[in-house]
Amino acid sequence: MTRVRLVAWHVFKESVRDRVLFAIAGFALILVAASVLIGQITAGQDVKIIKDIGLATLELAGVLMAVFIGVGLVAREIERRSVYALLAKPVHRWEFVVGKFAGLVGTITVNLLLMTLALFLLLAWIEWKMPDLALFKAVILILAELALLTAVALFFSTFSSSGILSAGLTLGVFVVGLFSEDLRGFSGIVSSEMLASVVRAIGVIVPAFSAFDIKADVVNGRPPVPWAYVAMTVAYAACYAGALVGGAVAIFSRREFK
Amino acid sequence: MSVVLRLDRLTKNFPAGLFGWKKQRALDEVSFELSRGEVFGLLGPNGAGKTTTLKLITGLLRPTSGHVTVFGGVPGDRAARAALGFLPEHPVFYDHLTAEELLAYFAGLCGISGADRTRRVGQVLDDVGLGDARRRPMRQYSKGMLQRVGLAQALINEPALVILDEPMSGLDPIGRREVRELILKLRDASRTVLFSSHILSDAETLCSRVAILARGRLMASGAVGDLTAGKVGGWEVIGANLSPAAVAALQPRTMRATRIAHGRYTFELREGERPEPFIAAMTELGGGLVSASPTRATLEDVFVEQVS
Repeated sequence: MTRVRLVAWHVFKESVRDRVLFAIAGFALILVAASVLIGQITAGQDVKIIKDIGLATLELAGVLMAVFIGVGLVAREIERRSVYALLAKPVHRWEFVVGKFAGLVGTITVNLLLMTLALFLLLAWIEWKMPDLALFKAVILILAELALLTAVALFFSTFSSSGILSAGLTLGVFVVGLFSEDLRGFSGIVSSEMLASVVRAIGVIVPAFSAFDIKADVVNGRPPVPWAYVAMTVAYAACYAGALVGGAVAIFSRREFK
Repeated sequence: MSVVLRLDRLTKNFPAGLFGWKKQRALDEVSFELSRGEVFGLLGPNGAGKTTTLKLITGLLRPTSGHVTVFGGVPGDRAARAALGFLPEHPVFYDHLTAEELLAYFAGLCGISGADRTRRVGQVLDDVGLGDARRRPMRQYSKGMLQRVGLAQALINEPALVILDEPMSGLDPIGRREVRELILKLRDASRTVLFSSHILSDAETLCSRVAILARGRLMASGAVGDLTAGKVGGWEVIGANLSPAAVAALQPRTMRATRIAHGRYTFELREGERPEPFIAAMTELGGGLVSASPTRATLEDVFVEQVS
């Protein structure tokens, strides 16, 4: 595990010095701050607006990090030929892939926690009391969602030679995943059984990103989101991400570097 | 001497065409072996299969047929890789790390830790002449400096077999001389060095043996002296006090006549022709003999002959 930890630490170090990360984090903080202004033009809904925009911003910033840093995790190493030197060292390919995944999830976690802290401080300052800890449930599920999305990005980056294609595929899976629940219920809308089956199958195969979206429920407090739901959804993300990372390892282990 | 590396009828095909159904042969039954302490040069024009050979040895590619044995094991073996250092062609590393951080990372992957790691990182950075730039982010490095970082990472684990793909690429004359000295130091320390190069003079000075590849085939291999021995075997005669009419009369008997100074010329005689009759003719035409010496074939002559 030492080598996995080394690769992960290296990804973290590279990422936190990358301007892309600073740009995304800066953009997120500006949006959170802007929510205060938006909240002031609404009648008595300022705290709710800040929570809504704040959580949406955390998610958006995380998605941008997972997709745009995630697709380059392996592809950039190949493009720059640094992977040739690295894989000539006594490191297993699975250690490299798992380390890359762990490093980016670590980077996103640290950023998400910092942005959550900023949001909580803002809410505490406006409400002059401890913010509702139920918001943590939404943050936990955003983090699980981002870990899963990172696994999707990593999976595509292990076999696609184009960063744009990998980013397009990852974003495509994410968007389809957001509508996975609707896709599973598609048979009620169309008359063609074959078309309904195909769409339903897509809805079942793609990661159910819609399941992670509890922002509105948490902000409104109705219906209350049970911890069991949070735990089950996190377990789902862990299993799906594990399968994707396993797939990425299998592909990368067979890959040749022409 | 113990064999460090053996290539046995190594062949590699790459898929070609729109659907990859066609096969393009990049390497065709190449065989050679390296013993401990040898400096071996892999020579050839662009597209000859040099980089493909090195990637097969390091396990970055899998052979279509044939075998590679590194320290008695297959290239992917962790034990084999622990004793190997590889410099890829034109490496670019991580923009936001310093050379020191990169080497510490790679040393860690090789299982070197603690004080040993710090000592080793400092030592290789000094060896490649990057001691003063060790704490600068690599995005500020020139191409030559990145090449030196590449060399440093290849040496971080004190490998018994060092594989260098175009190690002189991007280096200025001083850098090239330093790399030459480094390779000789490795040889003196009984390390085995395999490097690919276009620069034949480097191969001629450094290598105990060379292999010449062209279009994926091994055209020649052996000690530089053996490859050049018995080749060409012509003579070079330098004459003085020669009038233009005398030169015109002598020229048809030579491959080339080059004017050095007023009345002084170098004549390259045809292969197999003895110099005595030519000297006699030159003296008859009023010229004087300055020198006559046999010409020896260079590695370049052998290279051109094999690849053309």
